[in-house]
Amino acid sequence: MQIKESTEVYDVIIVGSGAGGGMATKQLADAGFKVAVVEAGPFFDPKDLEQMTQFKWPYESPRRGASKTRAFGEWDMAYGGWEIEGEPYTHAEGTKFDWFRSHMLGGRTNHWGRISLRFGPRDFKHKDVDGHGDNWPISYEDVKPYYDKVDKLIGVFGTKEGRPNDPDGFFLPPPKPRLHELFYINGARKSGVPVIPGRLSMLTKKINNERGVCFYCGQCSRACSVYADFSSGSCLIFPAQKNGGQIKIFVNSVVREVTTNEEGKATGVSYISKDDRKEYKLKGKVVVLAASACSSARILLNSKSKQHPNGLGNSSNLVGKYLHDSTGSSRVAFIPGLMNRKTSYNEDGVGGMHVYSPWWGDNSKLDFPRGYHIEISGGMSMPSYGFAYDPNEFNKFFGSKVGGYGDSLRDDVKKYYGAVVGLAGRGEGIARKDNYCEIDPTTVDKYGIPVLKFNYQWSDLEKKQAKHMQDTFEEIFHNMGGEPLGEKPGKEKDYGLLAPGRIIHEVGTTRMGNDPKTSVTNKYQQLHDVDNVFIVDAGPFVSQADKNCTWTILALSWRASDYIIKQLKQRNI
Amino acid sequence: MILGAGAGATGLIFKGCKTDEGPTVEENIATGAEEFFGRTPEELKLIEKLNAEQLFNTHEMETIAVLSTVILPPKEPHGGPIEAEVPDFIEFIAKDYPEMQDTLLGGLMWLDHTSNTTFGVEFKTATLEQQKQILDTIAFHDVEVPLEEQPMEIQFFHMMRGLTVTGYYTSKVGIADLGYKGNMPNVWDGVPEDVLEQHGVSYDPEWIAKCVDQSKRGIIAEWDEEGNLLT
Repeated sequence: MQIKESTEVYDVIIVGSGAGGGMATKQLADAGFKVAVVEAGPFFDPKDLEQMTQFKWPYESPRRGASKTRAFGEWDMAYGGWEIEGEPYTHAEGTKFDWFRSHMLGGRTNHWGRISLRFGPRDFKHKDVDGHGDNWPISYEDVKPYYDKVDKLIGVFGTKEGRPNDPDGFFLPPPKPRLHELFYINGARKSGVPVIPGRLSMLTKKINNERGVCFYCGQCSRACSVYADFSSGSCLIFPAQKNGGQIKIFVNSVVREVTTNEEGKATGVSYISKDDRKEYKLKGKVVVLAASACSSARILLNSKSKQHPNGLGNSSNLVGKYLHDSTGSSRVAFIPGLMNRKTSYNEDGVGGMHVYSPWWGDNSKLDFPRGYHIEISGGMSMPSYGFAYDPNEFNKFFGSKVGGYGDSLRDDVKKYYGAVVGLAGRGEGIARKDNYCEIDPTTVDKYGIPVLKFNYQWSDLEKKQAKHMQDTFEEIFHNMGGEPLGEKPGKEKDYGLLAPGRIIHEVGTTRMGNDPKTSVTNKYQQLHDVDNVFIVDAGPFVSQADKNCTWTILALSWRASDYIIKQLKQRNI
Repeated sequence: MILGAGAGATGLIFKGCKTDEGPTVEENIATGAEEFFGRTPEELKLIEKLNAEQLFNTHEMETIAVLSTVILPPKEPHGGPIEAEVPDFIEFIAKDYPEMQDTLLGGLMWLDHTSNTTFGVEFKTATLEQQKQILDTIAFHDVEVPLEEQPMEIQFFHMMRGLTVTGYYTSKVGIADLGYKGNMPNVWDGVPEDVLEQHGVSYDPEWIAKCVDQSKRGIIAEWDEEGNLLT
């Protein structure tokens, strides 16, 4: 089979169209460069009626919203999941990692929680504080101008709070708290846990004439048809196209490797088309990888050549190393004070929490490093498969019988509707060299590309942090007059600490640094080994913070793009 | 007064916005709901495949219909499991999740066996009193013991009740019975005053002062250099 090679030479080839790839597309196309975007999944536009799930009722599907084909329920707008048929991954014995992939234009930005937190000054230099991990080669001051620009370009609501490690930005005003959130505010404050308005990227106010304003359907996980929340397609790639950008999008195209020449410089990429299962080549002056931390590491490791026998950019042997996800542990409770609610009003709100708790602890007095934030869920949400499956299980708290049948079930369902609150901790684990992904030469996916093998274990530090989460949740629930449900996860269950990968914040596989021996990219996310290859997903993160990673991916991708523009204009690469 | 349900009275109602001179949001919703339900081609194929299969025979479907109606009797004006198409939903979901099949098929056999042994008739043709007499022996489980350690017929009833109630409340009539008011464009402006009072909470004025002024939601945001919102 002959590989089909295009004659066109692009200025930049961008692999992946999520947060990092979308931002690079926008900046590089706006700067006048000819850009090719290579995406493994289909085209997706949140306003396409055939793909749209926003405003669907559970009864529009025979499975009533159950999660059979989509991990977060069948209206969720991520094509993919932790398991994808024909695209396996493997594990070193005794280790765990669950890898969530979403193959579609915009990637995971179409369904994500839109929690848009800046990393703080301490997050970039945390080794100086506690001796764990490594410092970033850049500081908050380097990234701040880009965070500011991202806020204004994309839009995020929040409030100025002046907290030292949760920097303020250019915020849109937040929505008012819902009823269960008022209960949480009171309960958390009783325990000295701070609560502030959420910081999420939905437009509570107009930011331009191209995007709509939030109409509070609470369905950001389904992607917004009026573009009132951030998705990479609707907010970055489509506007760049409208702006006259020279952008060619290759969908259903799975990149196999970065191609290189005799001098070891990148010449483009080769990809498999899902449509005809044939291999193609694209030529470009610069290759920007934005396929997600693990996918980009996989592409680099699979890009072996005479000049790069260990994989591209891997002279340090660190590609795939330092993989880390956020920690996560959660608990739900029944809150009697929220029983017998009036259903006179619509409280869908935005698609996420209107309030949250940023990390408040003093680690010098705790037995673990780094912190976590608390996310709150609850309310009178739209029923979906599983709703009221145990219609009167809370009767046990009142000494009355659980189960039965008949008219009383209707009363029970209404009595308890909206009386459950969930708290979830999302924290920072320590980046470690011995948590990594590598190529498993024994296994290929259905496109013939060698797959990743994961090797990841949480340490006692993360487990102790999860214990702190569980103790805190229990205390806050009691302050709210609530009854925590299920058994409190103890030591034998790692305090409910979820398997790595479950929080879908994986970062660190191509970390940045000043020393080519201890890092994969420089501080502009350029491979130390090959000057015309850049990585703009979360791979270059030196450490995750107790924040979500998307806002930092966006800021750093913009920063790296500015550097690429300068280098291209000066003909340095 | 905190605006919530009263928002309509003060003019804060959602106005359908025209995007690029295309259809309004409401028109899109109507068209989308009628013509598609957001499935990928692969997902549509799976649904067609499941629909072409048959799990329960006619007798079993009739038994499910009778049983679901005893579990959740119809009530005016929002009907019951039949109006909510609960039997069809159970047929589909049991094909979608094959691990449920033995419990459901076995449980239906248990119902008929018990009814035949005790009353000499199949469950579906027994009187309501006889049906209740049978169900009373399996409808209450011991909450201290994990469900999977309890007898099959108890697990069966728990599953059947769960599917009936979730099937009803995810249907059009069930959602109307519940009173859920969302899944449509609106302008959220806080919890209504009477609801706050009922639950004994209130808004902190300092917090509310920072929240969105919905009368200015359509005005393009501008900030000063320190990030203070000017508009």
